[in-house]
Amino acid sequence: MQKEYQTITEISGPLVFAEVDEPVGYDEIVEIETPDGSTRRGQVLESTSDFVAIQVFEGTEGIDRNSSVRFLGETLQMKLTEDLLGRVLSGSGEPIDGGPEIEPDEERPIVGEAINPYSREYPEEFIQTGVSAIDGMNTLVRGQKLPIFSGSGLPHSDLALQIARQATVPEEDEAAEADDEEGSEFAVIFGAMGITQEEANEFMEDFERTGALERSVVFMNLADDPAVERTVTPRLALTTAEYLAFDKGYHVLVILTDMTNYCEALREIGAAREEVPGRRGYPGYMYTDLAQLYERAGRIEGQEGSVTQIPILTMPGDDDTHPIPDLTGYITEGQIMMDRDLNSQGVEPPVYVLPSLSRLMDDGIGEGLTREDHEDVANQMYAAYAEGEDLRDLVNIVGREALSERDNLYLDFADRFETEFVQQGFKTNRSLEETLDLGWDLLSTLPKQELNRVDEEFIETYYVEDEPAETVEAEE
Amino acid sequence: MSQATEADVSEDGVIESVSGPVVTAKDLDAKMNDVVYVGHEGLMGEVIEIEGDITTIQVYEETSAVAPGEPVENTGAPLSVDLGPGMLDAIYDGVQRPLDVLEEKMGSAFLDRGVDAPGIDLEKTWEFNPEVSEGDEVEAGDIIGIVPETPSIDHKVMVPPDSEGGEVVDVKSGDYSVEDTVVELDTGEEIRMRQEWPVRSQRPADEKQTPTEPLVSGQRILDGLFPIAKGGTAAIPGPFGSGKTVTQHQLAKWADADIVVYVGCGERGNEMTEVIEDFPELEDPKTGKPLMSRTCLIANTSNMPVAARESCIYTGITIAEYFRDMGYDVALMADSTSRWAEAMREISSRLEEMPGEEGYPAYLAARLAEFYERAGYFSNINGTEGSVSAIGAVSPPGGDFSEPVTQNTLRIVKTFWALDADLAERRHFPSINWNESYSLYRDQLDPWFEDNVEDDWSDQRQWAIDVLDEETELQEIVQLVGKDALPEDQQLTLEVARYLREAWLQQDAFHDVDTFCEPEKTYGILSAIRTFNDEAFEALDAGVPIEEINEVDAAPRLNRIGVQDEWESYIEELESDIQQQVRELY
Ligand SMILES: Nc1ncnc2c1ncn2[C@@H]1O[C@H](COP(=O)(O)OP(=O)(O)OP(=O)(O)O)[C@@H](O)[C@H]1O
Ligand SMILES: [Mg+2]
Repeated sequence: MQKEYQTITEISGPLVFAEVDEPVGYDEIVEIETPDGSTRRGQVLESTSDFVAIQVFEGTEGIDRNSSVRFLGETLQMKLTEDLLGRVLSGSGEPIDGGPEIEPDEERPIVGEAINPYSREYPEEFIQTGVSAIDGMNTLVRGQKLPIFSGSGLPHSDLALQIARQATVPEEDEAAEADDEEGSEFAVIFGAMGITQEEANEFMEDFERTGALERSVVFMNLADDPAVERTVTPRLALTTAEYLAFDKGYHVLVILTDMTNYCEALREIGAAREEVPGRRGYPGYMYTDLAQLYERAGRIEGQEGSVTQIPILTMPGDDDTHPIPDLTGYITEGQIMMDRDLNSQGVEPPVYVLPSLSRLMDDGIGEGLTREDHEDVANQMYAAYAEGEDLRDLVNIVGREALSERDNLYLDFADRFETEFVQQGFKTNRSLEETLDLGWDLLSTLPKQELNRVDEEFIETYYVEDEPAETVEAEE
Repeated sequence: MSQATEADVSEDGVIESVSGPVVTAKDLDAKMNDVVYVGHEGLMGEVIEIEGDITTIQVYEETSAVAPGEPVENTGAPLSVDLGPGMLDAIYDGVQRPLDVLEEKMGSAFLDRGVDAPGIDLEKTWEFNPEVSEGDEVEAGDIIGIVPETPSIDHKVMVPPDSEGGEVVDVKSGDYSVEDTVVELDTGEEIRMRQEWPVRSQRPADEKQTPTEPLVSGQRILDGLFPIAKGGTAAIPGPFGSGKTVTQHQLAKWADADIVVYVGCGERGNEMTEVIEDFPELEDPKTGKPLMSRTCLIANTSNMPVAARESCIYTGITIAEYFRDMGYDVALMADSTSRWAEAMREISSRLEEMPGEEGYPAYLAARLAEFYERAGYFSNINGTEGSVSAIGAVSPPGGDFSEPVTQNTLRIVKTFWALDADLAERRHFPSINWNESYSLYRDQLDPWFEDNVEDDWSDQRQWAIDVLDEETELQEIVQLVGKDALPEDQQLTLEVARYLREAWLQQDAFHDVDTFCEPEKTYGILSAIRTFNDEAFEALDAGVPIEEINEVDAAPRLNRIGVQDEWESYIEELESDIQQQVRELY
């Protein structure tokens, strides 16, 4: 079905409308050739018996009524092979690293099929990221989708890179050593959407310096690349991830940045189609669209590999009720929240723990998985930090002297929690043991009977006896 | 999904256009809501609009590569579910295709399309024990036999509600498949264990009654402050991560219903997996049987086709009504009704219907009302009594309750469990805001609690409400001047309120013991806190300074009652320790 048409009737933003006299499949790929000989690719958004609406990935500049339109009779496919590891591709999947053409073992539609919920395996294998705010308080597990909610100018890239660099699964390490590297391998897929060249360089340099590139596949759609292409990039990345995970047995970590740019592209297409917009101009189907990306994380019963996702998004105006973070949070299994104030206080990583959450934490931690006291320590630190945070407002009004001794302990706790527990630097890799022990150091500044979320047995074992007196004196 | 209709496939039409889940067809002879098969792959769809010779269809599967010109076949029957033994312990998609069967048929963990499967196994045999004999007159709805379906549930085989009835001329007994005739009537009607029902119509019942029994949830804040009735309706709105799903799971696990229908509507795949993995291991506290054997799951996750998300709610409530007809108390959870509303919005906008508020179709309120109306405590047409309790999660954008889905839901439901992001952030779980939430069933359920738990159930509760109210007022002052500036009696009230929050309202869903709290224990914790309150105020009156009362080291043990298995003896000891230690102060 390679019939050519010169029947374009309308060009509007990223959309082209053309008349047809043969049936064209929904979602099918289209090639448009301009009179000067350049080709653009696009996809059928709506197909009727006499016309089609085409969304053009590479921009519509230069397309005119005389351009010819060809329908390829298939939906968009990703060329897949294990040799993709180590390669850098464009946002539409073409090599841009000067390396050889991709010789695929197979091709798959990038839309992907939904994982049958019955076939999933519940994720519960702890991934140690070496970052206390995550491991201790918002534990990541294999197969989870845990986004970073950030703001423009905040160091979310540093955190994402730190995770990519440090992530290990402690038990499997031992197993791998014992079994001579028998366990599954680890791969990173990096999908960039509309980020600046500078940010891209930061990632690439880190990948090259640490040797991570060899086990990575990079998809680059930069700020000056066509916006519509951004709707394709994450699908290429995730199709590759699923292939490596569920066909080749890799544990794949997918970093997608910046989802905000992806959503802007969706909005642009929606506007061009004159759709009834949803909240703040974003399409009404954005929840479904995002879910079709984020739900492509997980584990499958009986399969070796896994897909773990860390999407990054910058919240417009640092507002977490904005539709992009809001809809994301409704789909993902928690969120890591970056904070501007903590960042300006020099806390690295500036993770604001209170609104952060890992929903898969409860099943991934505890005896036999991490450490018996993990959940209690996390719960108690949350509660204590929240209480200290509340008191800070009051201090501003009445001053520290007006507060009780108990209140002062909580204020100190909140301060130390930020400057000692959360603060660690982007280069420090803390073991879980270190993280939890640090937690106990802080909790031990509070009287034992305040620790009502911790099992008495654990208080017995882990509470550091002399700490409170020393610290309080030292601080005053 | 119902299969019987496949045989009478009738008129063909031709696809005219395709846009995502919406397809139009030309020259299709169809009625509204007819089920059709679309394209060469035979994708399942439903007629949602007819205009001139153009029929609009919502397709329950992905439509990539489907092209105009492909055929459309009409089954001539509305979207229906298969009802009969085999629905418990099952997991379905939004149009009642069993997901385990799909996995097997597709040979993959990924959902392919164009594969159909009956809602219940047509071949499997069940032990049919007749309840009627030859010569008996039966009418629509009558129970004609019993099948021991799962360890905890007897499936009652009923005369279909649309039957004319008649005299029984033949009855079988023994092992039969759901397709075999088990009872024959003199009218020639052959009754099988399987019946069909169109999902968009309510199953008939005699009368709706005022519910007077609580659906005991084992959750302190629900049973204690905001109870729902068997046959009641409730909404759980809250921003992301505030605890809607955990609350729904808790109800599915611990509520004292006979049957649970859990509808995962447009939410996460892993949450359904969690249920599939957890429930078989958990015991129903009432029967000691595995929870899964009273549960039917419907999973149309967020990445599954949006049209099937629209229908999954109906599939769920129809199954619930069917078990109600047997005389069971059914609890239906729908997580999340917002995703259902959004599916309506998405389809409506593809139809270019005139949008109402925030783009939702003008019929949003009507659909929500219709759904919750199907809940209730009923006298069934066969003389039994059964109930459907409907509990819907609502996911308001930005956590703002003023949006249309929350508002329209609140106009209908009688129980409102308002989740609060602030509480969730400080890990106060369940983060149900006690100032905003309400239950309109409270008064009508009090007699039950007073008869079955403790005489002064409602007085005790009122005391707790008063203390919590007072705390809310005092907190405003504390925010300005600090706690120490308050008079001592108010400081003590704050202390008591803190125990109410930490020891009574908070409940850890993930703690083996605390996850379920019988009403007696809910009452017991509350009285223990009250004991502390009474003792402490007496001491204060006797001139003991507040600092000394706060030092009483038995008091913090109140926070540990929740996790005690042997809570009765623990409370007894604790109350006497508190008494003794406080009295020692003066
Ligand atoms: N009763 C509870 N006990 C302990 N933890 C809880 C409880 N309720 C909620 N949580 C915690 O809050 C997290 C989020 O809860 P949940 O998944 O129910 O949110 P949600 O409101 O359904 O969010 P979404 O709208 O995004 O689906 C849980 O993963 C759990 O960590
Ligand atoms: Mg939820």
